[in-house]
Amino acid sequence: MIDALPRTVARLAEGLARGDYSSVELTRHYLERIAALDAQLNSFITVCAEQALAEAAAADTRRATGKAGPLTGIPYANKDIFCTRGVRTSCASRMLDNFIAPYDATAVERLRGAGMVMLGKTNMDEFAMGSSNESSYYGAVANPWDLARVPGGSSGGSAAAVAAGLVPIATGTDTGGSIRQPAAFCGVSGIKPTYGRVSRYGMIAFASSLDQGGPMGVSAEDLALMLNVLAGFDPRDSTSIERPDEDFTRLLDAPLAGLRIGLPREYFDQHLDAGVRACVEQAVETLQARGAAVRDISLPHVALAIPAYYVIAPAECSSNLSRYDGARFGYRCANPRDLNDLYCRSRGEGFGAEVKRRILIGTYVLSSGYYDAYYRKAQQIRRLVRDDFHAAFENVDVILGPTTPTTAYHTGTHAADPLTMYLGDIYTTAANLAGLPSLSVPAGFSDGLPVGMQLTANYFDEARLLGLAHRYQQDSDWHLRTPSGFN
Amino acid sequence: MAISEDEVRAMARLARVAIEPDDMAGYAAQLSGILAFVARMDEVDTSAVEPLAHPLDLIARLRPDQVTEGNQRELFQSLAPEVERGLYLVPKVIE
Repeated sequence: MIDALPRTVARLAEGLARGDYSSVELTRHYLERIAALDAQLNSFITVCAEQALAEAAAADTRRATGKAGPLTGIPYANKDIFCTRGVRTSCASRMLDNFIAPYDATAVERLRGAGMVMLGKTNMDEFAMGSSNESSYYGAVANPWDLARVPGGSSGGSAAAVAAGLVPIATGTDTGGSIRQPAAFCGVSGIKPTYGRVSRYGMIAFASSLDQGGPMGVSAEDLALMLNVLAGFDPRDSTSIERPDEDFTRLLDAPLAGLRIGLPREYFDQHLDAGVRACVEQAVETLQARGAAVRDISLPHVALAIPAYYVIAPAECSSNLSRYDGARFGYRCANPRDLNDLYCRSRGEGFGAEVKRRILIGTYVLSSGYYDAYYRKAQQIRRLVRDDFHAAFENVDVILGPTTPTTAYHTGTHAADPLTMYLGDIYTTAANLAGLPSLSVPAGFSDGLPVGMQLTANYFDEARLLGLAHRYQQDSDWHLRTPSGFN
Repeated sequence: MAISEDEVRAMARLARVAIEPDDMAGYAAQLSGILAFVARMDEVDTSAVEPLAHPLDLIARLRPDQVTEGNQRELFQSLAPEVERGLYLVPKVIE
């Protein structure tokens, strides 16, 4: 292994450019860490050692011929929800345990084009449904800060792997908080971009009007660098936003003076753990000292975001997951009696309990006679939630609060009652319903566990969000702390 | 809003998901809990609110009617549980 490697992609890229090490050396270093340490975490479903070393060698050749881009040769990992040609893409489900993706997701294609090196596919909640990474067919993931606790979910493998230094940066997806919540629980940074920024082509669908891919890494600067590659119009995704490409690093050094930050009083309510509150309030003071203007605001309907989310997301899930029928790919039950038996048992055996729960709920709320009471009602609430943000952004530039009401909880905490786990999404789902960009960055520790601060901005304002987060990270080192045992 | 086991059975049939008889009561209890929770939406009067399907009010894009995907039948069929002479096999539908 290489000694004293920097933590961030930005510094690693400088080392590669200087020739301090090659991409092959870097890749070997991380592969060795995965081999030595991941048995404790279970953060990877598939490790692609051979392929990664070949990609690294190609990256070194590209650099030698003067064609390297900013991230050429940097190792990374993909959440196992992104299709990767020739590599199993399981979505952490028995249903897709045998699925070798026949094509690359657009996001993967773009990262490959940038010369990044894929180390493997990270663990997650099955079909991204969960907030604790306990619903994976490949077993739960442990939080590197306390192995008895969950890493959050659904992008728990990516968060744990980055926190433990098994990979410098990774992709995630966020439908109701699945990038930001595990980032908060594991002490890493993660951004859910504006809906439509990152192509969903080849990103296995859970709830299509909410799903959005994004990077998870050590620093806000790293997120900006990777988002520069990930984001962009894709004609193969009908909801991709047609906008000119932009440089997400352009506001990293913008001063905070005059920036208006709103603190929604609904985010600092009785559900908020005192230790989390203390960290976030401290972070607010840091930003104020930098010149940001802070004021209280209100998002009156935000408490209804979780109920609306747990109608809309299951409804879209029940529709999206109807494609898994055991006929043309994926799991098929043994000895089906007839076609209906093949469908029912392949799906009954191929899906885990949480996925089935959501399919059933989704089927219920969309069924004849209930549509208006649930689905239509939820879509109406969705508008109220969005309009609250619109009103707030007339007076502030960024909305700040905790990412989660508590720090990471023990594995098994919510096993008996999934509903109590859903309540942990209290601060994150609203940004998905409204389609807004939102990120989480480390803001301290409570009883030795990481605390996340969530920043949300108006549509397409990722550069400003990342700039604010970067300025905060220049005044704090929470994002650079490493869990003991993973130094 | 309590969901009965019969209703779970009906949903499972509509969704083509086999549920073990022993699991039926558990699903009924959990789904009832979730529906009771989402019923909090009724706290606010939305009779005058237009439903929102897409946050950016996006309109579906059209593209030229051209073939963009090549034929990759062999690659796709390599992923299938059962194929024969280029066809996907399922149990007989018509006796």
